[in-house]
Amino acid sequence: MKKASILMIIGPLFLLGLYFFPLWNIMLGAPQYPEPLGINIHIDGLQGVNEFDIQNIDGLNHYIGMKTLPKPEDMWEFSVFPLIIGVMVILGVLIGFLGFFKVVSPNWFIGWFVVMSILGILGMYDFNAWMVDYGTNLDPNAIMKLANPDGTPMTYKPPLFGHAKMLNFDVTSLPATGAWMMFTGMMLILIAFLWGRKMWKPKKQEVLQTANS
Amino acid sequence: MRNLNYFFSSIMAIALLFIGCKPGTNGSDGGALASSAAEKVYVAPGEQDEFYAFLSGGYSGNLTVYGLPSGRMFKEIPVFSQFPTSGYGYSEETKPMLNTSHGFIPWDDLHHPDISQTNGELDGRWIFVNGNNTPRIARISLSTFETEEIIEIPNSGGNHSSAFITENTEYVIAGTRFAVPVPQRDMPINEYKGNFKGALSFISVDPESGRLDLKFQVMMPGFNYDLSRPGRGKSHGWHFFSTYNTEEANSLMEVNSSQNDKDFIAAINWKKIEDYVNNGGGTKMATNYAHNVYDEHTHSGTSTMKKEVLTVDPTEVPGAVFFLPTPKSPHGCDVDPSGEYIIGAGKLSADITVHSFTKMLEAIEAEKFDGEAYGIPILKFEDVMTGQVKSGGLGPLHTEFDSNGNAYTTFFISSEVVKWKLGTWEVVDRKPTFYSVGHLMIPGGNSRNPFGKYLVAMNKITKDRYLPTGPEMEHSAQIYDISGEKMELIYDFPTHGEPHYAAGCPADLLRANSKKIYRLDENKHPYAVTSPDQARVERNGNEVHVYMSTIRSHFTPDNIEGVKVGDKVYFHITNHEQDFDVPHGFSILGQNTSEILIMPGQTKTSVWEPKQVGVWPFYCTDFCSALHQEMQGYVRVSPANANMDLSWSLGE
Repeated sequence: MKKASILMIIGPLFLLGLYFFPLWNIMLGAPQYPEPLGINIHIDGLQGVNEFDIQNIDGLNHYIGMKTLPKPEDMWEFSVFPLIIGVMVILGVLIGFLGFFKVVSPNWFIGWFVVMSILGILGMYDFNAWMVDYGTNLDPNAIMKLANPDGTPMTYKPPLFGHAKMLNFDVTSLPATGAWMMFTGMMLILIAFLWGRKMWKPKKQEVLQTANS
Repeated sequence: MRNLNYFFSSIMAIALLFIGCKPGTNGSDGGALASSAAEKVYVAPGEQDEFYAFLSGGYSGNLTVYGLPSGRMFKEIPVFSQFPTSGYGYSEETKPMLNTSHGFIPWDDLHHPDISQTNGELDGRWIFVNGNNTPRIARISLSTFETEEIIEIPNSGGNHSSAFITENTEYVIAGTRFAVPVPQRDMPINEYKGNFKGALSFISVDPESGRLDLKFQVMMPGFNYDLSRPGRGKSHGWHFFSTYNTEEANSLMEVNSSQNDKDFIAAINWKKIEDYVNNGGGTKMATNYAHNVYDEHTHSGTSTMKKEVLTVDPTEVPGAVFFLPTPKSPHGCDVDPSGEYIIGAGKLSADITVHSFTKMLEAIEAEKFDGEAYGIPILKFEDVMTGQVKSGGLGPLHTEFDSNGNAYTTFFISSEVVKWKLGTWEVVDRKPTFYSVGHLMIPGGNSRNPFGKYLVAMNKITKDRYLPTGPEMEHSAQIYDISGEKMELIYDFPTHGEPHYAAGCPADLLRANSKKIYRLDENKHPYAVTSPDQARVERNGNEVHVYMSTIRSHFTPDNIEGVKVGDKVYFHITNHEQDFDVPHGFSILGQNTSEILIMPGQTKTSVWEPKQVGVWPFYCTDFCSALHQEMQGYVRVSPANANMDLSWSLGE
């Protein structure tokens, strides 16, 4: 149980990577952009992969009437997400310590995991909703108003995961270092739970087992 | 019957086999050779060349950038000539670059590029070039590929033995080809002899900024100082100049300055003269010359007139200057990578003369002089000469080197390149050029570390090499593969202007440092607007200043009213793009100047003096984007006495 608890202490610390590395990355390549433009999505805002990428993406997007990419102050998520991650890291480490001293059972580990997963799914849902708005809520006076073959107005929602062809751009959206670190941390916690459950012997059970043997 | 058919068809098949085979064998022979040359110069679409080559444009006044081995031209860098393509020399910011003591000069004759060096090896920071006609030296940045500085050389005439740098880029050296009266004065031409001077200028280069400063001029006798090279390695601290017209003739020079069997190579110990000058030596002389500097952050050039130059009488610095007799009006004066051999190419002879630096020092040490000229000791030919290349060619001009102890000399009259061995002086190979080659260039061939893979021969005569284009044609150049024992001609390409010399370096030396954009947040131009809401129009008497910004695909503002006939309108345009390769251009109808091309983050100014009432369109001259055609606007011009206030707008 001690070893499982140590994992439970280490696991949440991987989430700290989100403060330093991007969560998600979207790359936009085109014939005239052999070196693709890119957006790194951090929990506290967007950054260009190269210094002027955000400005250049906005410059291109104005042709099709997309809003400019949000600054940190434009979206509540960019101030709330870092807080949530901070709270979850502290809670996780705390649960790990309590597990170490056998104050709480490994069920708390899986409890943390479930809460974090729900928050993650909510975050993804929110992210997707923003992209839908960003890609479909277009300026009616846009310079270029394109239609799909069926006559409906063309929209430009980037893919949440994977590749999509949008006009002349190849758009690839994938988790980045921060997300992979979070994933690793959560896997450690899942292992901590499974391992800890196997080794978890409440005092009463220990007595019984001693008696039986 | 069937057998007969079978028989005939067999014969047919065999015959076909032979017919098919024989030319096939021949074809594959020729084809294999041709394809190997083709493969050597072929740079597949999307791939990049191994070397940059900077070819002087001669009378174009500019420098051209090519790739080796493809021979593709990448850029023309305007240096001494106005260049409507970018607006260089036309924009308000770049006009000062062409200022001289004779006023604005829109042209010069650019001959010899030389890339900056550290410890005798190319460092790829700057390239220096000379203007021959109105003597000037320019420094070009190899991160922006723009002319950053031009300094005029006083007391000089025909700035030809220039612009060659010393092995740590301590100095750019600029020698005069034509001797002139110093100071210039009204005097009879036929009193040239003994009165005219040949100024050799030493221009220091700031090791950080590259800024040029004319540190001193050595006032030599009135010979013609033709070409020059720095010593390197053991001979670092010396500089060697070839001379002709030691006869000091002033008319019908082709005869009168070809009378002496030997002219000189002048050996200058500049370190010694530098010490002399640093210790207060030399004479300050009143003069007047322009020093023009372009600042990358203000995007503007400024011209300052300098009023004084430090001159040095070579006879006042004992042991600093010597003459090495060299046969037949030497033209090229080249120093091998070790710094030991000084090669004098007597342009009217068949042979190449090689002097030894070591022997020269020994002769000086032993004071074995053969008289003097104007107080400058002349060394004995036999004492300094270490070898002669019996070339079998005629009219040797210039020599470059590889890193394996070989030298390559061009022969103008016999139109060929001859490869020979340093030390044994034996000829290894010779290949024709098409036609009448002048300079040649091996990347790094004027350094301690040549890259002996390709040799570029720059020819003076083109004749039938390309499709004819009337009496005036571009010059031709050839590329030879020199990686083997024998040289192999692998490519032939036309060059722009008249390339005299060239400089080359590995692409890797420059590629990573090449700037993609200018940062808008570092733009210090006094008329820049860093955000479109600062765009405005201001009147100051009859001067109207338009502070304009551009981004794909509009000008801010694009409607301007209140301009009057007789106004002088300055369009100060800042390109707000921060994306690689998205320039915007500007021109307006009736402008008495060229368009301007503004790079991302840059500000340039174009002047317009409207002479007619009306509504005049302006537009972006660079196809910048899908909506480039819409990138346009209007200026309303009212009569001179109209009561119109300035107004401007965008999208209203």
